[in-house]
Amino acid sequence: MGQIMTKTRAAGRTVGGLRTLSLQAPAVTLLFLWMIVPLAMTVWFSLQRYNLLMPEMTGFAGLENYRYLFTDPALWAAMGNTLLLVGAVLAITVVGGTLLAVLFQQEFPGRGVARVLAISPFFVMPTVSALVWKNMMMHPSNGVLSWVAESFGLPAVDWFSSLPLTSIIIIVSWQWLPFALLILLTAIQSLDDDQVEAARMDGAGPVAIFFFITLPHLKRAISVVIMIEMIFLLTIFAEIFVTTSGGPGLATTNLAFLIYIQALLDFDVGMASAGGVIAIILANIVAIFLVRMVAKNLES
Amino acid sequence: MTTAKTKTLAADGQAPAVPIPRTSTLSSARTRRLGLTVLGWAIACLIFFPIFWMVLTGFKTESAAIADPSLIFSPTLESYAEVQLRADYFKFALNSVVVAFGSTLAALLIAIPSAYSMAFLPTKRTKGTLLWMLSTKMLPPVGVLVPIYLLFRDVGLLDTRTGLTIVYTLMNLPIVVWMLYTFFKDLPKDILEAGRMDGASTLQEVVFLLLPLTLPGIASTGLLSVILSWNEAFWSLNLTSSNAAPLTAYIASFSSPEGLFWAKLSAASTMAIAPILVFGWLTQKQMVRGLTFGAVK
Amino acid sequence: MATLQLNQVTKSFDDTHVIKGVDLEVNDKEFVVFVGPSGCGKSTLLRMIAGLESATSGDIMIDGTRMNEVGPADRGLAMVFQSYALYPHMTVEDNMGFSLRLAGVDKEQRRDKVREAARILQLEPLLDRKPKALSGGQRQRVAIGRAIVRNPSIFLFDEPLSNLDAALRVQMRIELARLHEELDATMIYVTHDQIEAMTMADKIVVLQGGVVEQVGSPMELYHHPRNRFVAGFIGSPKMNFLPVEVVEADAEGVRVRLPGGGVTKVPVEGRDLRPGTALELGIRPEHLVLDDDQGPLSGDIQVLERLGGQTSLYVQMDDAMVTIMADGDVAHRVHDKVRFGFESGRAHLFDSDGLALPSLELHPLAGLRRQDNRAATDVNGA
Repeated sequence: MGQIMTKTRAAGRTVGGLRTLSLQAPAVTLLFLWMIVPLAMTVWFSLQRYNLLMPEMTGFAGLENYRYLFTDPALWAAMGNTLLLVGAVLAITVVGGTLLAVLFQQEFPGRGVARVLAISPFFVMPTVSALVWKNMMMHPSNGVLSWVAESFGLPAVDWFSSLPLTSIIIIVSWQWLPFALLILLTAIQSLDDDQVEAARMDGAGPVAIFFFITLPHLKRAISVVIMIEMIFLLTIFAEIFVTTSGGPGLATTNLAFLIYIQALLDFDVGMASAGGVIAIILANIVAIFLVRMVAKNLES
Repeated sequence: MTTAKTKTLAADGQAPAVPIPRTSTLSSARTRRLGLTVLGWAIACLIFFPIFWMVLTGFKTESAAIADPSLIFSPTLESYAEVQLRADYFKFALNSVVVAFGSTLAALLIAIPSAYSMAFLPTKRTKGTLLWMLSTKMLPPVGVLVPIYLLFRDVGLLDTRTGLTIVYTLMNLPIVVWMLYTFFKDLPKDILEAGRMDGASTLQEVVFLLLPLTLPGIASTGLLSVILSWNEAFWSLNLTSSNAAPLTAYIASFSSPEGLFWAKLSAASTMAIAPILVFGWLTQKQMVRGLTFGAVK
Repeated sequence: MATLQLNQVTKSFDDTHVIKGVDLEVNDKEFVVFVGPSGCGKSTLLRMIAGLESATSGDIMIDGTRMNEVGPADRGLAMVFQSYALYPHMTVEDNMGFSLRLAGVDKEQRRDKVREAARILQLEPLLDRKPKALSGGQRQRVAIGRAIVRNPSIFLFDEPLSNLDAALRVQMRIELARLHEELDATMIYVTHDQIEAMTMADKIVVLQGGVVEQVGSPMELYHHPRNRFVAGFIGSPKMNFLPVEVVEADAEGVRVRLPGGGVTKVPVEGRDLRPGTALELGIRPEHLVLDDDQGPLSGDIQVLERLGGQTSLYVQMDDAMVTIMADGDVAHRVHDKVRFGFESGRAHLFDSDGLALPSLELHPLAGLRRQDNRAATDVNGA
């Protein structure tokens, strides 16, 4: 009956299609305009010669902007950096967030306060966290990290010149780890105690319980974390803008920043738009994978 | 200051943790508990340290700020005074509040009917529509900045709170719709059908039944939207200059020239994040409660 | 007055036909039960009557008016849901008064009506509580109270007792029957539990695969099932089926050969049957009698359940397993061999399509309805 009833609910209401349409119209229309108008303009600009510094050079450029971009090593570097940044931060926050969720699920004195402290970075605006890390934590001479290193007799690290992308990954992970923790902690709390107890009766130790009970239970929450984080990580901007400005060289330039350089520093609207189109295509490729993953979750 | 505040906010009645295994003796249980306490607190403090350090630095003099790290110093409000002289904090803060809450309210109003129809009147296209909405979030804003900038300039929305509110509303709409959808979907359909049998119109169903019953979820959705809007930096930096600039722009104005004046930078940063941090602390339990209902259950 | 008529009602979702043309007549003040296995379409049919699902084709008539296009609230019906569907954020009083509030009834009147319903259901002390603070049985009564307040012409019940424990279910069953009498309303009740159907219904509608298999009074269905499905579904424990072969058929009945060689004559209409035709003989467990001397059937006892007053024997025959309801004091033990038989008038015969061969005589109780029961007691009382 279950199956028939679901079908009932899904298809039985197609009759109300008009009602559905009218209810969804505002959100769909707005989002569609928000997407299609700039997208169309971006595609249009990307096919133009359009540099604000050279107003006399206009006209249809065809695929010239794209050809130029694709032969520019900066594009490939930026793509690589984008994927590396997203991948590394996702790995750190999901693994770290899961472990922390398990830790903060245990009972210990002051757990509530400790939890609140641990999720605080999520509330800090990216510009501020980037500034704090750049100036007070990772500063080569006066930063806390170099002070700690020196106290142990180690050489201070000049984070942003010797390990630029790593530094960005650390900052961004610090911001998103609390988010993963918050979501996964929520999910872990819904784990049925009976299941854990049954597993213990079956002789499972803490490690086995983690891998065979907790982790499978968190699967859905983890995919939610990955999806939301991916959305934001693909377009990371402020952290780079404030700390390294994409440098040294192209070491920390991701796609978003590359387009920014072209559009707002080189005033080449045509080229920037071409970069925008490429970024959109890349985002869509990622989205397809993501959508598959999330779609599975929507089923349940 | 932080501990005093959080203690009351974070009092916490969560489900009991994994009980201690029967085989262990009392003393090993105690060791385990001590270990957990130390580990839990160490990690929490480590994660929180940059924020703590920033707040502390704001109360130092500039020379103390760049000296070797030290917890012992004589606190001063000097930096705060200077920062306030340079730019009126309250003007920026007001912009942030108006834009963050305004856009959240607007997004909820637009999203509720949409999520309602997706959850209760699904068609074959529903899932596709939802995923498409989420995928619009993946457009890099920088890719479409130029057209939006030009459009806003032409209709006079540049540097206005309205303009920024519109952008944030649209920016958060997909996530708001998706979260509301997950909360609505969890509501037993029988209850709405009972309402329909009792003579409720669609609007009455929503107002008398759906909204009160999913309030925790709606609240946590709203909270997340407020936080995301408050912290958004890209659009606010590029679409506002003086009139509508929120706190993200305020802090950015301190970043370049004042880079080396750490105490002032810290004071400004502290003021920029304090409202949302306190707001986050106050509402985190609510947020967790809402999330438990829907998305991550 | 409240009657309901369904004319060739169908329901399809895409290519799935859930209801395949149902005709039905429900009389005023009748207690009608839709019964059938999971997925038979009984709930869908009820929801179509309620207006929560639209009919793909056919007419739904209430008191002679076509209601297909009328919204659920305007059909003069009330529904009690399986999950009760109480509004968790409202008190019992507000739950029961919600429909009146939506209809714009003023506070005083609302209160009176709710109190009246609460009195009938003995809910008065609970009016200020939220559903969370109620037991399952109390929630059930609130759900019924919410329906009563609307003063509907027809009550609809969608498996209302399935979430209650066994003892409470019996109690609520009695209460519902009492309520039917007190309210004097038409009621349509969906269940998968044939005991509920047998005990409460004036008229039972047996559904399977979106088709009505049989409509009739409980005793009619029990004594004269139209086909093998109804025979197996109505009655507990289930009817036994044995493969038999026609020996001879005439105007007085059909002689069949039982497994094990015995021959018996069943009084059913089948004079056209040729000798040698394979049929199925249905006999209820309570109609099988142990007879160690001359029982024509035999087998080994596999399981024996002693309930005190009765004993259920599960007996393995050569090619069938049968259940026998015997006296509580039978001395048999597991693995004993038993012989047993039955009174031939109790048996049913089914052809290869599963259709019952019609009985030659009508059972005296087959036409009896619950209301007749009631009338009889009234007479006795007077």
